Amino acid sequence: MQKVRGIAASPGIAIGPAFRFERATLQVERHTVDDPEAEWARLEAALKAAYIQLKEIYANAVAESGAETAAIFEAQAMMLEDPELLDTLRSAIFEQHHNAEAALVDASEAYAQALEALDDEYLRARAADVRDVATRVLRELLGVAESPTAGLVIPSIILARDLTPSDTALLDKALVLGFCIAEGGPTSHTAILARGLGLPAVVGAGPEILAIPNGTSLILDGSEGTLIVEPSQETITAYQARRNALTDVMAEAQSHASEPAVTLDGHRVEVVANIGNVEAAHAAVANGAEGVGLLRTEFLYLERDHLPDEEEQFKAYRAIAEVFGTRPVILRTLDVGGDKELPSLTLPKEMNPFLGLRAIRLSLARPDLFKPQLRAALRAAAGHNLKLMFPMVATAQEIRDARTMLEVCRAELSAEGLATPEQLDVGIMVEIPSAAIMADQLAEEVDFFSIGTNDLTQYTMAADRTNPAVSYLVSGLQPAVLRLIKMVIDAAHAHGKWVGMCGELAGEPLAIPILLGLGLDEFSMNPPAIPIAKQIIRSLSLAEAQTIAARALELDSPEAIQELVRSEVDALANF
Amino acid sequence: MPEITIVVDNEVGLHARPASLFVQTAKQFKSDISVTYGERKANAKSILSVLTLGANQGAEITIHAEGEDADEALQALKSLIENNFGEDS
Repeated sequence: MQKVRGIAASPGIAIGPAFRFERATLQVERHTVDDPEAEWARLEAALKAAYIQLKEIYANAVAESGAETAAIFEAQAMMLEDPELLDTLRSAIFEQHHNAEAALVDASEAYAQALEALDDEYLRARAADVRDVATRVLRELLGVAESPTAGLVIPSIILARDLTPSDTALLDKALVLGFCIAEGGPTSHTAILARGLGLPAVVGAGPEILAIPNGTSLILDGSEGTLIVEPSQETITAYQARRNALTDVMAEAQSHASEPAVTLDGHRVEVVANIGNVEAAHAAVANGAEGVGLLRTEFLYLERDHLPDEEEQFKAYRAIAEVFGTRPVILRTLDVGGDKELPSLTLPKEMNPFLGLRAIRLSLARPDLFKPQLRAALRAAAGHNLKLMFPMVATAQEIRDARTMLEVCRAELSAEGLATPEQLDVGIMVEIPSAAIMADQLAEEVDFFSIGTNDLTQYTMAADRTNPAVSYLVSGLQPAVLRLIKMVIDAAHAHGKWVGMCGELAGEPLAIPILLGLGLDEFSMNPPAIPIAKQIIRSLSLAEAQTIAARALELDSPEAIQELVRSEVDALANF
Repeated sequence: MPEITIVVDNEVGLHARPASLFVQTAKQFKSDISVTYGERKANAKSILSVLTLGANQGAEITIHAEGEDADEALQALKSLIENNFGEDS
């Protein structure tokens, strides 16, 4: 039995065999062939095998996600039977004596590039489909395993160096018990995905996990951040008991998801969702969200080559606000620049992107970006409970400048005869230490605060949250961060303003009692985290939470704080 | 030679599922069928070549068919487009 330590990224316990996810690289050699007939037969067999795979994937996708999503695989299968493509391949092999791999790469690249050259965003994206299909056939030709997940046939714990979104898209989630990743931090893609799926995850576990053979018996503890290799039967039994207790808590929470979060002594807080598109809006409602604490608007700008115009934004915002009816939706204005790049917007490269022209700084510098968004938000707010929030505010002047631009937009819209709301609440994200420290002054300029703990932590701890080497510093439960949170809440309350939190910390079970005790009014999180968060709040009294928070502020490490919460709150003993 | 000119008026144009349906329909006929949009010409039975036409919503395309079932083929493709590929819009 061996214990590997990593970073706890998503709570829960998984017990099962190891499965290593490795991306294969495909090497294509070019040569001329003497026997084109045999080469053609080889290619035909590979095309046929790929076709059968795609038909199978298509059938599964129809069952899992509906005909619309599955259509992509149907189109991919059709590409394999495409008469024009087959003609090109035939002539490359029979007339030019190219080998099958070279013929395939040349022909598919020609189509991919033709698609990329079109003045149409959707069709350009189809270039990736052509390359995907070609890769599938190449794997057959080269005899490389079908996909990195080919051997995944029983529910397993996934071990990998790191996982990209396209990797995780390949994984059959029904066969994933949890993730253990050698690299990455708590905000890496895998960590976020695991929390979204409600699966345990450990990240930053180090390269040694990559030497664990497939099928090895494992226990993954996503709450402690540990992986136990070849555990004894006794250990397995003990963890099974813990896992069952956790499952019971989760099931109980799910059955009360739509009920409000009221403490035992009658203190009510709002539990709302972080979302980034209309699909997530529906998931949020299903999980009992009482509104939206963070609507990320970047989805309108990503994966496209042109900026969304005012009309497009207006329709998207209105569609989301309508899902929530009278419940509040807080729209965050564009949060890009620095490390977050947009294909439709060329920004200068920066030495220190996290400290550069990002978010509200970029919006204020670029009225051509900011004004259409403000106008769209104002129009969508007419008749809906929409609020506006500016990201990355450092000074009071920035708030005044942004508000001035908002009023200009409002006046323009009125002059054009378009409806604007009589009252539009405006808040800021508190995610820069200066904003937290100056919260008493900033509170006078806004209607509410929302604390962004991911950035607040990285700026407070001077630790890049994307750098695994310093990920041990990046915890929202760092005492320094908690003290800043307390300052923000106290300052806002002294001015009669409310405070929410839309960073990862708000949905972390072990943080919830502390945040409740510090007086947080609104908890905003990924939809799947909502039921358990509400359940934790309902299991506590405000007085009890205040005592826990006061004690936590005296401790000197995140681990000590977690231990305190586990020992004080029965419902969290297994988190 | 039978030929029709028609405007593709569904929301996404001759993309995605509509393009697949168009090609699948064309393949049911023996005739040689081609589609012209602007200066580009495509084999109607080739999904790759139909996609590279880049025919968006509102595109005016011309469909030619040559062969024993040319008229039926054109009729089938016309009704597919006129019914917006079975989409709701």
